[in-house]
Amino acid sequence: MWPFHAPGSIRLRLTLQLLTGAAVMALVLFLIVYSFARQIGAESQDRILSASATSILDATTVQSGNISVDIPYSAFTMLDNSVDDRVFYRITQDGEGLTGYDDLPSARQDQGTGPAFDTVTYRGEELRIATLTRRVSVGGTPTRIDVTVGQTRDAQADVLARILRMTVLLGFGFFAASALLAILAGRSTAASLSRLAESVSRRGPQDLRPVVAEVPSEMRPLVASLNSLIARLSAALTRTEDFIAEAAHRVRTPLATVRAHGENTLRRVSKEENRVSLREMIRAIDESSRAAGQLLDHAMVSLRADQLELSPVALRPLVADLVDRLRPVAELKDMDLRFEASEEQEVMGDTILIQNAVRNLLDNAIKYAPPETPIDVALTRDEATATLTIRDQGIGFPATGADALTGRFARGENATGVIGSGLGLTIADEVARAHGGTLTIANTEGGPGACVRLSLPLR
Amino acid sequence: MRAFISSLALILSALPALAFEIEENVQFPAANQTAELRVISTADADLFAPFITAFQALNPGIAVDYYVVSSSEIMVALQDEGERFDLAISSAMDLQIKLANDGLALPYRSGATGSLPEWAIWRDRVFAFTQEPATMVLSRADFADIDLPRTRQELITALRDHPERFRERIGTYDVRESGLGYLFATQDGRTSETFWRLAQVMGGLQTQLYRGSSDMIEDVASGRIAVAYNVLGSYAQVREDLHDRIHIIAPEDFTTVMMRTVLIPANAEAPEAAGRFIDHLIETAWTEGGGRFAFPGITPARLSENASLRPIQLGPGLLVYLDRLKRRQFIEEWEAAMVQPG
Repeated sequence: MWPFHAPGSIRLRLTLQLLTGAAVMALVLFLIVYSFARQIGAESQDRILSASATSILDATTVQSGNISVDIPYSAFTMLDNSVDDRVFYRITQDGEGLTGYDDLPSARQDQGTGPAFDTVTYRGEELRIATLTRRVSVGGTPTRIDVTVGQTRDAQADVLARILRMTVLLGFGFFAASALLAILAGRSTAASLSRLAESVSRRGPQDLRPVVAEVPSEMRPLVASLNSLIARLSAALTRTEDFIAEAAHRVRTPLATVRAHGENTLRRVSKEENRVSLREMIRAIDESSRAAGQLLDHAMVSLRADQLELSPVALRPLVADLVDRLRPVAELKDMDLRFEASEEQEVMGDTILIQNAVRNLLDNAIKYAPPETPIDVALTRDEATATLTIRDQGIGFPATGADALTGRFARGENATGVIGSGLGLTIADEVARAHGGTLTIANTEGGPGACVRLSLPLR
Repeated sequence: MRAFISSLALILSALPALAFEIEENVQFPAANQTAELRVISTADADLFAPFITAFQALNPGIAVDYYVVSSSEIMVALQDEGERFDLAISSAMDLQIKLANDGLALPYRSGATGSLPEWAIWRDRVFAFTQEPATMVLSRADFADIDLPRTRQELITALRDHPERFRERIGTYDVRESGLGYLFATQDGRTSETFWRLAQVMGGLQTQLYRGSSDMIEDVASGRIAVAYNVLGSYAQVREDLHDRIHIIAPEDFTTVMMRTVLIPANAEAPEAAGRFIDHLIETAWTEGGGRFAFPGITPARLSENASLRPIQLGPGLLVYLDRLKRRQFIEEWEAAMVQPG
């Protein structure tokens, strides 16, 4: 896995690339400084050797036909240094040794007169030598004087070792500083990404405004794409809600018109078999209207449950209101709809969803229980939950698979005689789940009828 | 016949050992001897004996074979003859530096050598352990009625004013014979032109030439000569029996200070014991009261308290006057000044 091309972490990749760059730079810096120092060191030794040889050459004179060399004291003291390098010298006349160390080699390879330098091994040690040449005339005869001064290179090695240590430290310091910067750069790059992610995920469910966070220019296309996606999503959601409202309007209104016509016709028709047919028709229209309402409810619940918006909801007036509204329907079947609530109970939730759930549960009870039976609606609470219990005295749920009834379009085996969509319990269950509550369905213990409990966490 | 040949062979093989001139040989035996140090030195044995005894007390089992030679003989023994010695102790700093520069000395490092200041050590091979000034030793009798000269200039004046008193009664080193005398003379000549004027005056008064300080001091004390120039002050100081007859004067214009040095020759056979000897030498010399043996030890305060002290620097500069041509020229000049027909 080569980290540079791995799709892993941007921060890691960036940091590694910068670190590699820093290491290469540190190495280059080290090599440049070291070789430069080495060159300077060699040059300064050469200069001193050359100066020493020059001072000796300057003290070389011709006296009464003889070469006389009066080596100045400073010629050698200038070569003195902290590590006490060894010093050797040799003075020759036309190649013949005049004085000094007779076996010391000369650095002169050519016939020039400028200083010549060489590095030789002499008496077991590496020696830097400088040779200077001067031509003098002895009694009219031209003759050549060579002065060679040599010095061991311990001081230079010593200085180089110190510079080496210094340069290594410098290189490491440079690398460490660069590494720190690389880590910071990696971190700040990753930080601007995670800031964006955080600002997006922190939004409320209804918040589909475009992202306006300040981001580096490289991330602006990403934000633009994100904003365009949000805009499209927002438009789609709006369209869906509009469609639901439109569909509910368009389906319910004609059905209500058809039903009104049916009832008018029923009043005018006197033939019994026609009246029966008309009543069947009106009933079917009611069922259709109810099913359409439930389908739309379900769609609404699915949509709103995905983006739940919580606000305090007072349960008692909500349930009381629904009970009052459905009482006329119950009374058509001579059913007594009884509601009792101990005290005020407030939950956090979506009012429309909870209304939907409760209405569907009451509707179910009225629909599936036999006429002339009471329906008890009770609102109770314990420590953390509010529970709405609806009991009827009807046929109850089948003994097996009560839980399966909350599935979409599922209907009890024993409910075949009643027309229904099978969506009521599904809607209630989805609302309960969306609010972190539960819907439990069971048969009333020790008696006929069903018992449905909707529990929601208290505020 | 056979005995003759073998004895001849013995003589022949013994010959190189005798090629350098030994002035004195003193044995310092040790009970249960474990090592023997062969020391070649320019210092008189009786001056050095207390130190060797102290060393042996601390390091039992090390015998010391002590040879006293002149400083130039050390060069002959170590450089030309390749004689085996474990230590070379010399007052001729230039020759010691040359031995080390030419690779004839072993390096040695220890806690003691590490404590030396940079100017007292060269290349981890040459170690200084004394500071000894070159002084004028004057006879009290001859200077009873003359102002004591404090500088070279005052000495010149005294000599010029009383030529009859000082004719043939001045002594100094024969620089042709004595390495230390050559070192003192070259340093004098390098430091001040006064030296050459003094040499002219001394030469005009038929100066006696000596090979060692001890003889000059004794001759001043005995009255044979009245002035000894460039005498080792340390030798004069220890002759307390003569102090009532001599003045020891460190010239105030400048006093050349020689550092006695020690090194381990390259062909030493007991370098480890030699190292311990050097440690002991340094420790003794560098502590206050280093005068337990004859040589005044170096104390850091000594140099700063007297501005006229000119210590000879250990370094390659000392090689200059060892140059063949340079030496020949210097001696020619010196002879021209000092050795004048009477």
